[in-house]
Amino acid sequence: MRITRTPAGLTQGSRTKGGIGESTLRPDGTLKVTGEFAYASDLWHEDMLWGFTLRSPHAHARIRSVDVSQALATPGVHAVMTHDDLPAATRYGLEIQDTPVLADGVVRHHGEPVALVAADHPETARRAAAKILVDYEQLPVVTDEESATAPGAPVLHPGRSDHHAGHVPHPNIVHRQPIVRGDAAAAKARTDVIVTGEYEMGMQDQAFLGPESGLAVPADDGGVDLYIATQWLHADLRQIAPVLGLPEEKVRMTLSGVGGAFGGREDLSMQAHACLLALHTGKPVKIVYNRFESFFGHVHRHPAKLRYEHGATRDGKLSYVKARIVLDGGAYASSSPAVVGNAASLSVGPYVVDDVDIEAVALYTNNPPCGAMRGFGAVQACFAYEAQMDKLAAELDLDPVEFRRRNAMSQGAVMPTGQVVDSPAPVAELLRCVKAMPLPPERQWETAGGSPDVRALPGGLSNTTHGEGVVRGVGYAVGIKNVGFSEGFDDYSTARVRLETVAGEPVATVHTAMAEVGQGGVTVHAQIARTELGVARVTIQPADTRVGSAGSTSASRQTYVTGGAVKHACEAVREKVFGLGRERFGSHHPAWATAELLLEGGKVTTDGGEVLASLADVLDGESVEAELEWRHRPTEPFDLRTGQGFGHVQYSFAAHRAVVEVDTELGLVKVVELACAQDVGKALNPLSVTGQIQGGTTQGLGLAVMEEIVVDPATAKVRNPSFTDYLIPTILDTPAIPVDILELADEHAPYGLRGIGEAPTLSSTPAVVAAIRQATGLPLRRVPVRPEHLTGT
Amino acid sequence: MRVTFTVNGRPQEADDVWEGESLLYVLRERLGLPGSKNACEQGECGSCTVRLDGVPVCACLVAAGQAEGREVGTVEGLADHAARRAGGTSADRARQWRPDPADTVELAPVQRAFIDAGAVQCGFCTPGLLVAADELLEHNPDPSDADIREALSGNLCRCTGYEKILDAVRLAAARAAEGD
Amino acid sequence: MDFLRPADWEEALAAKAEHPSAVPIAGGTDVMVEINFDHRRPEHLLDLSRIGELHEWDADGPDVRLGAAVPYARIIDHLHTELPGLALAAHTVGSPQIRNRGSVGGNLGAASPAGDSHPALLAAGAEVEAQSVRGTRLIPVEEFYTGVKRNALAPDELIRAVHIRKATGPQQFSKVGTRNAMVIAVCAFGIALHPESRTVRTGIGSAAPTPVRAGVAEEFLAAALAEAGCWDSGAPVPPSVAREFAELASGACNPIDDVRGSAAYRRRAVAVMARRTLGWVWEEYRGTQGRGTLCA
Repeated sequence: MRITRTPAGLTQGSRTKGGIGESTLRPDGTLKVTGEFAYASDLWHEDMLWGFTLRSPHAHARIRSVDVSQALATPGVHAVMTHDDLPAATRYGLEIQDTPVLADGVVRHHGEPVALVAADHPETARRAAAKILVDYEQLPVVTDEESATAPGAPVLHPGRSDHHAGHVPHPNIVHRQPIVRGDAAAAKARTDVIVTGEYEMGMQDQAFLGPESGLAVPADDGGVDLYIATQWLHADLRQIAPVLGLPEEKVRMTLSGVGGAFGGREDLSMQAHACLLALHTGKPVKIVYNRFESFFGHVHRHPAKLRYEHGATRDGKLSYVKARIVLDGGAYASSSPAVVGNAASLSVGPYVVDDVDIEAVALYTNNPPCGAMRGFGAVQACFAYEAQMDKLAAELDLDPVEFRRRNAMSQGAVMPTGQVVDSPAPVAELLRCVKAMPLPPERQWETAGGSPDVRALPGGLSNTTHGEGVVRGVGYAVGIKNVGFSEGFDDYSTARVRLETVAGEPVATVHTAMAEVGQGGVTVHAQIARTELGVARVTIQPADTRVGSAGSTSASRQTYVTGGAVKHACEAVREKVFGLGRERFGSHHPAWATAELLLEGGKVTTDGGEVLASLADVLDGESVEAELEWRHRPTEPFDLRTGQGFGHVQYSFAAHRAVVEVDTELGLVKVVELACAQDVGKALNPLSVTGQIQGGTTQGLGLAVMEEIVVDPATAKVRNPSFTDYLIPTILDTPAIPVDILELADEHAPYGLRGIGEAPTLSSTPAVVAAIRQATGLPLRRVPVRPEHLTGT
Repeated sequence: MRVTFTVNGRPQEADDVWEGESLLYVLRERLGLPGSKNACEQGECGSCTVRLDGVPVCACLVAAGQAEGREVGTVEGLADHAARRAGGTSADRARQWRPDPADTVELAPVQRAFIDAGAVQCGFCTPGLLVAADELLEHNPDPSDADIREALSGNLCRCTGYEKILDAVRLAAARAAEGD
Repeated sequence: MDFLRPADWEEALAAKAEHPSAVPIAGGTDVMVEINFDHRRPEHLLDLSRIGELHEWDADGPDVRLGAAVPYARIIDHLHTELPGLALAAHTVGSPQIRNRGSVGGNLGAASPAGDSHPALLAAGAEVEAQSVRGTRLIPVEEFYTGVKRNALAPDELIRAVHIRKATGPQQFSKVGTRNAMVIAVCAFGIALHPESRTVRTGIGSAAPTPVRAGVAEEFLAAALAEAGCWDSGAPVPPSVAREFAELASGACNPIDDVRGSAAYRRRAVAVMARRTLGWVWEEYRGTQGRGTLCA
């Protein structure tokens, strides 16, 4: 089933092969399958040194002294650096500059960087780092809201002067955002059924496969060239340059191959460290984290505690929602304030409710810092509100899908922020789509030979059941995610497009600073250029800081914003081509002046299809270029007291149906199928769209049943920083993921497209948990669901 | 120490190898073959999968000295390996030809299938998956879905949700069957 | 660090005698993780991968003499008839890549309570052939595990082979992990029927400081089956007997709470696995015996 509804007036592709709407193949595919694609950790330079980071073994401690003399004396060691050796700014941060480049007398989380070593071999660097003597005085840790805001609790960032400091109720609260609309108390008085629930989400890790890495090469001009895996080159640059004490133009950054990101590369990891060592030693320095270090090297998804109260009338209509969402931001702010804004503004889900009373906060604690991860605040809320919707449906004796349908928002609905949803919001339709898909057959483990195929059972290869104790359950969920940067952020991207003839053939070149992290932006940029310029050959230039910022590869925004910028720049190039054509050939044919001109198949034509000139003739050896910034329509901040405001530029919706089989005696879960329906506005590349949806769905599955960074509440130390104990789904844990794509154009967006990357990560988790609840009858208030939760142990 | 072994049919030698180095480190950092990936270095992700005397192993768990005198096959040699296995007829090559100049590189059928099926996103898991999938198809040209899942259960992918990886292996198997 | 490459077994023993702290490495699936993550820096690595006999087995006679470095994949492919429990356990080890390298000798050397082969060895009955320049000894596998990641080897000894009783009856192995593949055991259970002696042997993994047999459970079950005449009749195990067996197996555990699972869960899971695997092996036994009616 595929529904395509397109309002008039939107460009819908061209006759040029390989344009938008086609499943063209990745331009980097061949390099990636031959092993030649250069990821950040693959880089090598003559005379290169290896950087290594010494990290704190404690979550909160005062550093009395650091003695690097033995480390420095180790043969093969070229440099050891501590906070005292920093040349300029000593702190950085995406929004609040609260993160020390190297610990400045205090460490605030387990694994915080304390010192750097550069040596001729990684083992030399490790051994030298082990000889750095750090005298720590351990301090008490704060690990949750109660301990962080208790009287006398240690204030982790005393003397805060950031723009949230003035309105937070406690200095260990990074940001607080209420959303108040209507009158929840009055609505409660009129309500028939009230359901309350407390929910908890563990700390999820992005677990991108390519570890943090990069190569910094000192330059003759006193600057540095950094080859790096990141999500946003220019945001890195803005943070790195002050730390190095260099003007931005002397810090030249080039994107190297990125092995996945999912939010985990939005903050700096080793960028500044590698540059510092390179400038200090005068030699190229490469830093590559191993998996253990990677768990300490990037921020994670905020763990959350959520308390919800929902009211509904007997006829199955939501009457009010009250919620309090507490997000643990860990030791440093990272993007916590924005995560708070998302969690608060999306806390009710894709439902119509007039009366809401919401509060979301993020804490400073001594837990690992948390920030961006796919879904960004909306994931936490979705798990809770969807659990509440099932509870209410049960209370009202309604089918869970029917109850959701009765409350589903649609275009024109008003968000709790007062924002009118002004593009399609096919929430009921998405639920209908997943419900209509055929259910997978029962007992798929049974074989003709009689012995069960354990690979199809809970426990899988571990041979824990041959069908005993196995119960099936089905669950549904739907979610809402904002697209793009919100709350008044100046969210723009830059694209430079050039059109020229090479060997007689027109070639377009697209240059942006967009971080290709695997999502396929490079594929889409080429498709846009083909569509807009009517050329077959498009070259995508490596992303670097020689072109303006593309913004971050996050918030499901790159196809919208950088795609929009590429389209915009192509249109400008096209107009220049038409201008050139009019100059050169306008006198030959009146249509140059009168007709609507098109660029198709390497030719300028009229909209009637008459060929006016070949592109090669129009260009006549010249190249035409445009570099332009492009912005989506502006948003505005949420009011600090009421949360009202046009905060988000676009919303994205997905729904899931999960079918699970649970071994109820052992508490093991096999997800049998995880169907998804999503509105993508316009599928610029259907193959990539499906891949994004399946990948996002699987990350949600992982959060539902296995993924959690376990932090010891007594010490705030991470207990499982490895792929042995932080488990992500294997191919045997991941079911068939049928995908139903809707294309309901958003007239505000380029081609009507909708950002797609995150929405499937939201509803996947609650759908799986709903299915487990149905199979077991257990309330299951926490994810990941562990065997202990299912067996009462 | 010095370590001498064969990689993708070519003799290779590395000097001044620290005894604690893995085969993966030697391939990546000393022999200029970074195709095998360093995602976990604890045998949990499979992205460094290579063939050691024909057997798929995690290169991160083979001590460099253990590779002495052995034959190692990496993703960089996959196309050659497949061509040799197939007898390398010109007809095979002609069938592989694609109009896009970027795609005129010779690829093993499983590599081609990964691109065509959309099984590559960030691509960091891809080299290990290709080596594992190629070995599966070598021994089981018509695997069931469960066989594919079991054979690839040691290779983590974080981007795709595995569906398109399954598609790719099915596609490679189907194309091989058509070609027979 | 030195890398020692003995060409044969005698050289290996001599090297181990000369450098008792040398860490043997064969498949590398444990040792290399420790080196890569900087948990271990031995002065000497003793590479056993070149010693051909360690990769061979001898299945003539009542035991399989399994070379210490025979990879799990070969056990699965070639020894599933003689050693069905071990082959099942081997199939749950890590990933295909790990099963191509890891070996029972390595599992014994590491002596992690979570090692997958231990319950199968305990259930089948096995001795570890330990050798040094001083001589050879056969250590019953029950006595081999002396503590968490500690074993009975003397510093100069190496594991040459493991002698494992060939199966004379059905065997099963089951392991709980929170993922459907490539997972370290939260706990595991092995069971072997020995119809010729009318005994049942068990092994429990990852639910005590060392792998253990559930001795009381074994004795209870043997007595209950004998009393009810089940061995002869091939009748189903009465549910009450299976339940008691499961509870006694659980009682043999002395687990801890850790990041992989709670102690309470481990006790429960061992009981469930004991009951289920008993059902599976007995069903298989009945299939070979002709089915009787419920005994007793």
